[in-house]
Amino acid sequence: MYDLDGNAIAAPLFDVFGVEMTTAVGTCRGCGWAGPLAEVAVYLVTPGVVARCPRCDALLIVIVDRRGMACLELAGFSSLEQPGGPGATGRTRPTRTEPRRTS
Amino acid sequence: MLQVRTETPRTASLVLDLPQWPGHRPGQHVDVRLTADDGYQAQRSYSIASAPDEDQLVLTVERLDDGEVSPYLVDELHAGDQLELRGPVGGYFVWDEPLGGPLLWVAGGSGVVPFRAMWRYRRSVGSAVAVRLLCSARSLPLLIYADELRQLACDGVAVSVTLTREQPEGWQGHRGRIDRDLLAEISWRPDERALVYVCGPTAFVEAAANALVDLGHEASRIRTERFGGTGT
Repeated sequence: MYDLDGNAIAAPLFDVFGVEMTTAVGTCRGCGWAGPLAEVAVYLVTPGVVARCPRCDALLIVIVDRRGMACLELAGFSSLEQPGGPGATGRTRPTRTEPRRTS
Repeated sequence: MLQVRTETPRTASLVLDLPQWPGHRPGQHVDVRLTADDGYQAQRSYSIASAPDEDQLVLTVERLDDGEVSPYLVDELHAGDQLELRGPVGGYFVWDEPLGGPLLWVAGGSGVVPFRAMWRYRRSVGSAVAVRLLCSARSLPLLIYADELRQLACDGVAVSVTLTREQPEGWQGHRGRIDRDLLAEISWRPDERALVYVCGPTAFVEAAANALVDLGHEASRIRTERFGGTGT
């Protein structure tokens, strides 16, 4: 059983998205689970973060830091949206994103 | 670091002086980063235990024996030490006045920490939102903030404590793990549409949240936070 949930990765998510993301709602491409990123299952791995679907265990988020570049993988989501409020990002269909420099 | 205050044999509160602190919402965390002499870094997220309007920031940390960060924070730090942290972060497991109530807070072990920020905030803003708090601990000596919990009743917070492994003689509180029956007894009726917060180790959170849904509480009004702690 996993030890942590998405609340624990609020900071690394903020680093790559530039907005608070634990309230954003993601939908698992594998099983259709939909919920706030705060509810995903999180594993801290060196040197990064892995998050899985709390229902079907599919890989949802990988964040790896390589020499100051945050490499982000989100292909496990069929959608990811920030419902309203400041920092709303609108509905997107994320695939592999370009690395973004964080420092 | 101004002070390290022992809360229980496994937990300590770190009282931090942060003159530039931008303020936080009750329930938010900070990430603490430790850097070893060889440059190795480890970072962990800890809930803030103090209310936003307090002069000092308080983190209450439970020592996990196989942890990379918590043993150092609980056992090695002293007043005057410097600590690298960032925050506040998190926007999900937070409560402030506009979110209303009534509230049910369910805490397993050191899962009570974010609720301390919430109850101290609630008192400082004079909120009349009704709160029921259920804390689970292994034994009375391992119950974090025991003195403060006793005083909370005067602030209109209904506190229930269950001790899962060891109860002192004459214990009047609950015994055993949190289950459907205990939650049915102490929680709001589902039609009162309480806003529910559950914080603790993963198995604890799963059990409590599932039981609450089973009792008829709306899943969308239950917010959860899981961490790698022990002691429920």
